[in-house]
Amino acid sequence: MTNKYNNVYLNLVATVVGPVEHNGPLSKRFDRFYEDMYMHEKTFESAEVHLMRESIDILKDKIGKKDRINLFIAGDLQNQITASCYSALKLNVPFLGVYSACASNVEGLIIASNLIDTKKVKNSIVSVSSHNMVSERQFRNPTEYGGPKPMSATFTATGAASAYLSSIKSEIRIESSTIGKVCDMEQNDANNMGACMAVAAANTIYKHLKDLKRDVNYYDLILTGDLGVYGKEILKEYMQKEYNIDLSRNYNDCGVLLYDRENQKEVQAGGSGPVCSALVIYGDIVPKLRNKDLKRVLYVATGALFSPTSIFQKENILSIAHAISMEVVE
Amino acid sequence: MEKKLYEKIVMNHKPKEHRIKNAFVAFIIGGIVGLIGQGLLDLYTYYLNISTNDAAVFMIITLIFIASLFTALGFFDKMVNFARCGLIIPITGFAHSLTSAAIEFKREGYVTGLGANIFKLAGTVILYGIVSAYIFGIIRYFIMGGA
Repeated sequence: MTNKYNNVYLNLVATVVGPVEHNGPLSKRFDRFYEDMYMHEKTFESAEVHLMRESIDILKDKIGKKDRINLFIAGDLQNQITASCYSALKLNVPFLGVYSACASNVEGLIIASNLIDTKKVKNSIVSVSSHNMVSERQFRNPTEYGGPKPMSATFTATGAASAYLSSIKSEIRIESSTIGKVCDMEQNDANNMGACMAVAAANTIYKHLKDLKRDVNYYDLILTGDLGVYGKEILKEYMQKEYNIDLSRNYNDCGVLLYDRENQKEVQAGGSGPVCSALVIYGDIVPKLRNKDLKRVLYVATGALFSPTSIFQKENILSIAHAISMEVVE
Repeated sequence: MEKKLYEKIVMNHKPKEHRIKNAFVAFIIGGIVGLIGQGLLDLYTYYLNISTNDAAVFMIITLIFIASLFTALGFFDKMVNFARCGLIIPITGFAHSLTSAAIEFKREGYVTGLGANIFKLAGTVILYGIVSAYIFGIIRYFIMGGA
């Protein structure tokens, strides 16, 4: 499903990151960073809440007191998205929790854009967070166990990112969005999530271009969320073979951009997690849009839909991708 | 597109693991652990003047202690990541799995967290270790008459 918007703007963004992201190539683009994975908290779970709250606080400082926040939408990877709930408690405004794994950020942005465009709300904050250690212990082994992983595995990013959307005009416009479908290509390797999600990304990109009757070159840049370096190649080949769309010119992946894979060996195939794409988009792409270095960007966040239980029960890993198109206001 | 064709694309782009290098590293590190174990065994039998059987228990306790200590100090996971099966297969891996689970679940309380989850990884080893010991014990009894 593709929607066009007339009066939705991305006004402000805020990002907070952990140590590994801070040591990556986008180091200077983030608002705040932590050297330590605990962020002065007692558990990794509260550390993630701390990150999200902090990103919201930074965003609120940027917004100033001029507007009352109408709605808060957030998502994360913790069981029952608790990090978002605890952050919402502090913010104390109407709250919607969203989950589509690593595509949660775009899901939030789409919901906010729809509500703003139809004038149901004036503005909204959309936040996402993830924490490497929280995901490790939830989806894999205890954090201190550090069992070796294959090269195709991705590394959950640590951080939180918040965006302020409203109907007040700014440099960047949310132009349209596409809500993706759940896909299944009978992949079931949790250590090769790029392969699980590439098909969903392809499907959503194709649907978006077809619905809006656009050529792939309409966009200066198409960014997928967290396919990683191998998933990126799978997507390119699949797009070419299935839809005859050539992505070689203007396509990249946020998971690949967030880290320096040469010097940060621990990230394996690249970054993942809902915050991974949000950090790259808000940290790197939004400033480029503001400077008019880029004019039209399609942001396709990809999510692998599974639980530790479904993996052990040998179910396939499903995937989803949502897309949002951002344009510079001329 | 058919799922088989998709699988083909996935396989095209699947990175090749350095199996030979990993096996070599695991072989050398595992060998070093074995060497340390044998050294300790000789040391204990020689200096404490005890039987090899008793010394073996002492040696195992020492290795478990070292592995657990390194896990608790937070760098054994990095060593495991490098040495892989070289450190996971010996008794050090077993100790590491217990200690890491204990550290992990301490926050959820001593009963509902640590107590309930300490054998999360090691439980499999214990269960199937006992079961297979039982089966082989029976086989041995019938073939060798319990000798």
